[in-house]
Amino acid sequence: MNQFTISGSPHIHGEESVSKIMYTVVLALLPAVLVSAYFFGLDAIRVLFIAVISCMFFEWVIQKYIIKGPITITDGSAVVAGMLLAFNVPSNLPWWILVIGALATIGIAKMSFGGLGRNPFNPALVGRVFMLISFPVQMTSWPIAKPVFAEGLTDAITGPTALGLLKEGVDAGKTIDQILADPAMPDYIDRITGNMSGSLGEMSAIALIIGGLFMIWRKVINWQVPFSIIFTVFVFAGIFHLIDPTMYIEPTFHLFAGGLMLGAIFMATDMVTSPMTISGKLVFGVGIGLITIIIRFWGAYPEGISFAILIMNAFVPLINNSFKPKRFGVKAVSK
Amino acid sequence: MMKSLKTFKIGGVHPEENKRSANAPIQILPFPKQAIIPLGQNLGAPSKPLVKRGDEVKTGQLIAGGESFIAANLHSPFTGKVSKIDNFLDSSGYRRPAIVIDVQEEDIWEDGIDTSGTIKREITADRKTIIDTIKSCGIVGLGGATFPTHVKMMVPDGKKAEYLIINGVECEPYLTSDHRLMLEKGQELLIGIQILMKALDVEKAIVGIENNKRDAINHLTELAAGFERIQIQPLKVKYPQGGEKQLIKATVNREVPSGKLPIEVGCVVSNVGTAFAVYEAVQKNKPLIERIVTVTGKAVKKPSNFKVRVGTPVQQLIDAAEGLPENTGKIINGGPMMGKAIMSTEVPVVKGTSGILLMKQEESRRKTALNCIRCSKCTSVCPMGLEPYLLLKLVKLERYEDGMKERIMDCIECGSCQFTCPSNLPLLDYLKLGKQRAGQIIRSRK
Repeated sequence: MNQFTISGSPHIHGEESVSKIMYTVVLALLPAVLVSAYFFGLDAIRVLFIAVISCMFFEWVIQKYIIKGPITITDGSAVVAGMLLAFNVPSNLPWWILVIGALATIGIAKMSFGGLGRNPFNPALVGRVFMLISFPVQMTSWPIAKPVFAEGLTDAITGPTALGLLKEGVDAGKTIDQILADPAMPDYIDRITGNMSGSLGEMSAIALIIGGLFMIWRKVINWQVPFSIIFTVFVFAGIFHLIDPTMYIEPTFHLFAGGLMLGAIFMATDMVTSPMTISGKLVFGVGIGLITIIIRFWGAYPEGISFAILIMNAFVPLINNSFKPKRFGVKAVSK
Repeated sequence: MMKSLKTFKIGGVHPEENKRSANAPIQILPFPKQAIIPLGQNLGAPSKPLVKRGDEVKTGQLIAGGESFIAANLHSPFTGKVSKIDNFLDSSGYRRPAIVIDVQEEDIWEDGIDTSGTIKREITADRKTIIDTIKSCGIVGLGGATFPTHVKMMVPDGKKAEYLIINGVECEPYLTSDHRLMLEKGQELLIGIQILMKALDVEKAIVGIENNKRDAINHLTELAAGFERIQIQPLKVKYPQGGEKQLIKATVNREVPSGKLPIEVGCVVSNVGTAFAVYEAVQKNKPLIERIVTVTGKAVKKPSNFKVRVGTPVQQLIDAAEGLPENTGKIINGGPMMGKAIMSTEVPVVKGTSGILLMKQEESRRKTALNCIRCSKCTSVCPMGLEPYLLLKLVKLERYEDGMKERIMDCIECGSCQFTCPSNLPLLDYLKLGKQRAGQIIRSRK
């Protein structure tokens, strides 16, 4: 007699899977990878390679020898974490700092909480902030972008980022016009295409936006988080620019300089560490936008998006409790 | 000519349709040697047997009565002899009381049943007679829920039915029984709808049909021109549009309040199969003893639609569809989203059986469940606006009270959450468990 499987409904599955989602993110990161390879050459590939391999290695070691559970390094989440970690560092970062960063990313931020899905904070950002605090000099000496096919100097030289120039200038009491006149400051086109100094992944806003649109189309991320971050930064920075244009730069500068696009499109949208509902996602994005600008204007660091995302990550459980989906057949949301 | 397509607003998924049997005309299935007629075929109390071992029964003869309020009569689907009344395996997986009939090849119909094929258009019965006939003929909802239809027809005091909504959605993948019925019995179906309209005293009936059944939409639209106040409404294809609340939202844009019945917003919903059964009962005095059942699956040689007498073992249907495929791993009573896996092909067809789906071995097993990655896909596809990931957690922690606050009882068990989950979590298993426990808590309070 035949033995038939008995299980509860539904009996079919939509073929969506964790690894499909993760490899879609990897695909979405490729345009930015190409841009960084174009500007930083082999250094970019070296940093990406070390970060991805060490993230996978640490995940394997921890799962095999400490947790003694199933090995999930092929699900793509360690690859994504490694790529995002590499995107957050300068291309000339010594390899051993990167390996330590990968250990913080996978060991502290991800596996110590129970692995994929359980971590409250974005692992790559934890790794980045860990390195930034531990190795501030190496983490803030930015090689100047030099397209691989361009002629001229071959020695790698470092220079400040656009945000760094802005911060220094404002702190030194210069006006915005004086800061923008500095020859080291990249012009508008360079800021959008990525022809400036900075970390691997924050170079080209266009490449990042292409990746973001791809993920929205593939339904891996929702538009709400990136949109609300970008919108908030634009409005909040815009208000201050209107109040005092000599002290506060025009708002689109903040959109294209630094890691804002990278953070808004790839970091804040991390499923595990962002809210579950549409309204919650909007609140989360607005919070990130506000904190980013507060840090950029009045904080000690020129860049604030990493801290902003990590701070808002901590609020996610609270946001999930407070912002519920629209229930069917329930009129007003009564708490 | 093309009307704009409507649909419901919150959530929903798009499973592969796989309507392999859509072009297979309804065939009459040969009788089995022995029929098993379970006594509990309807939602509510099981029927009480009125025959005993050794009795001769005619086709259409009353053999078990519904006594309590929510209960239904049962009629003999065959002519033959009652061989025993005992417990038999049914589609629930339990052994439950059933009447077994040794079937005789020739039908001898109970007196007063019109078995001719002529269509009787004129409705002579009055409201009360219609409801009484629906009750005595044992009509239940044929969409799957098997709620006794006469109870639905009794509108509570202070409420008024404005719309009769007829469910021709058939949003479950694979199933085509309603589709074929609409194509082949359109005239009878529309008369059945008019009978229901008369019983409910409603102004308008709307038949909701998903746009993957263009032929049925066109056919019924043509026929409906000859009937007053029946509107055929094409709908976008989206699961679970056949859910009562989703269908009301899609057709008349009203939201049934949480925990309430459709009559709260002036609607009564009935399936096309039910409307056809009502036609046969009221116009032909024929009790509900047969229905259309789809037999299908990816490996089935001849996906078919059969007119089947209740009590026929599933094996008989599979044989008629050219046999059980070699690698069958699971047999489902119903569709792939909400149907029940059955243990054996000896299980009989009942009033609520809309299809028999045979799944291949490789489709039968679930994939390994992983950690929840909080992707929020379950929340975005839930047609009731619930948070399945959260309910799963609460049920695991046995926090049923909190589950109730998060509206676990609103879950319609459509399975969209589990269908979409990239971590393959058994969300619906936990939701069902949670609903059951929460239900016990609610009942113990009373």
